[in-house]
Amino acid sequence: MKRFLPRALFAPAVISLFLWMIVPLVMTIYFSFVRYNLMQPGDKEWLGLANYHFFVTDPDFGPAISNTLLLLGAVIIITVVFGVLLALLVNDPFPGRGIVRVLLISPFFVMPTVNALLWKHMMMNPIYGVLAQVWIFFGLQPVDWLTDFPLASVITMVAWQWLPFACLIFITSLQSMDRDQLEAAGMDGANALQKFWYLYLPHLARPMAVVIMIEMIFLMSVFAEIFTTTGGGPGNESTNIAFLIFKQALMNFDVGVASAGALFAVLLANVAAVFLIRMIGKNLD
Amino acid sequence: MKHLPLVIRSVAAWAITLLIFFPLFWLFLTSFKTELQAISVPPLLTFTPTLENFVEVQVRSDYMLYAKNSLVTSVLSTVLGLLIAAPAAYSMAFFRTRKTRDLLLWMLSTKMMPAVGALVPVYVMAQSSGLLDTLTGLTIVFTMSNLPIMVWMLYSYFKDIPPDILEAARMDGAGIWNEFRYVILPLGMGGLASTGLLCLVLSWNEAFWSLNLSAAKAGTLAALIASYSSPEGLFWAKLSAASLLAIAPIIVFGWFSQKQLVQGLTFGAVK
Repeated sequence: MKRFLPRALFAPAVISLFLWMIVPLVMTIYFSFVRYNLMQPGDKEWLGLANYHFFVTDPDFGPAISNTLLLLGAVIIITVVFGVLLALLVNDPFPGRGIVRVLLISPFFVMPTVNALLWKHMMMNPIYGVLAQVWIFFGLQPVDWLTDFPLASVITMVAWQWLPFACLIFITSLQSMDRDQLEAAGMDGANALQKFWYLYLPHLARPMAVVIMIEMIFLMSVFAEIFTTTGGGPGNESTNIAFLIFKQALMNFDVGVASAGALFAVLLANVAAVFLIRMIGKNLD
Repeated sequence: MKHLPLVIRSVAAWAITLLIFFPLFWLFLTSFKTELQAISVPPLLTFTPTLENFVEVQVRSDYMLYAKNSLVTSVLSTVLGLLIAAPAAYSMAFFRTRKTRDLLLWMLSTKMMPAVGALVPVYVMAQSSGLLDTLTGLTIVFTMSNLPIMVWMLYSYFKDIPPDILEAARMDGAGIWNEFRYVILPLGMGGLASTGLLCLVLSWNEAFWSLNLSAAKAGTLAALIASYSSPEGLFWAKLSAASLLAIAPIIVFGWFSQKQLVQGLTFGAVK
């Protein structure tokens, strides 16, 4: 009884998650070895590793990996650096701090499709967009952001959504800073930079790890922002792994190749997970 | 940053905040413009607001149906998720074994897998079981994709409840149900609330599965908005009105619960 009850309590969660993971995984593994094209129904002929070969030698494959990592890295760096600076700026009381906090967090609650269309049409449109108007105001040539800098545009949208989240976590963490220690450092003549380096930064290490971890979980598979704005293009300039697999499955109708790609993505996710587990080991216990 | 004078600090903080909030403010303004005003150069800041876009959105694409779908799927998946995750988190927090930690990490690792990797199998299964484009299908998928995070969050709340309290309850002869009902539930209420709130937000905003598994019948607001992406630059005012209607409920909801939400998402690692 003592052993049975705890297990019975977590069984539903573990079993359902296991099924949610293993059934698609087994099907994906099977699909990845056969010819499975939605446009050519019929026997699923055994292909061996041909699908893998096709996916890996696809000219879009290399760029998709670097785009995935660039997107992930850039958003994490932007949100952590600016999140910390912004959190330090709003940490001490000033008029309207409560309203600022509420306005700041808002982008985090915006759904990805709205985020994407809002930026695509109203901000980044080269003729009517707000950014174009600002560029003209300063006498510059308006930029066609989504065509000329597609990946940077997607990074902007995603970072805009996640900066508030990072910032609010840092604000929460700063509130538990030891005031006496800061005062003592001030009495000893520490300047702002020294305080930042020796007191604030070590205190923020843990929330930084948390932000990086959560963002990695959600940003490995950015999809809707790319789907609704650039469609992965122009060419493959804003195609990440998630979008490449989607393209193979639903635009080229080749489930076999898409499945091979999906398994590759699983591998990538596991590498990231191992990296994360090391971090969690230090920071989440 | 006490070194900076208050005036400079306040102005800087407000300027940056307004800059970050600006796109949403602009969306709000545009939704009350006519289509012509929406694309005027230079952009209009003053105009006579019109409600015609909101009427149009409802008439043309049946906003209420999509809103109902979003509401039903997010509420149901939240309730279902809590019912599955709470016992699991309770068991893991109070009957810890050597394997508990591995189990938790394994759960989180399933969340790392890009959803697109499971797209075709899930699509095929949904199709063959008749769950494609149904609210039931979407609810199940939302629940499963949020479950790892829910278990983690609840676990991090539950493990902060001092075990002594439980010991005392057990000494007094409380059974497992009473223990859960009178000790865990009241003490873990904050955790359950944060987890539920977060799950609600994540499901409401979920775009990948709703784009791929739902269409006219079970489509959620996230999918409805994506359907506005095709006609380049023609319907900005209507797009804005539809977007505003889609995000307003969850943003207002988020404003009231931001503290719990953000703290919950740190898995208890940031106090």
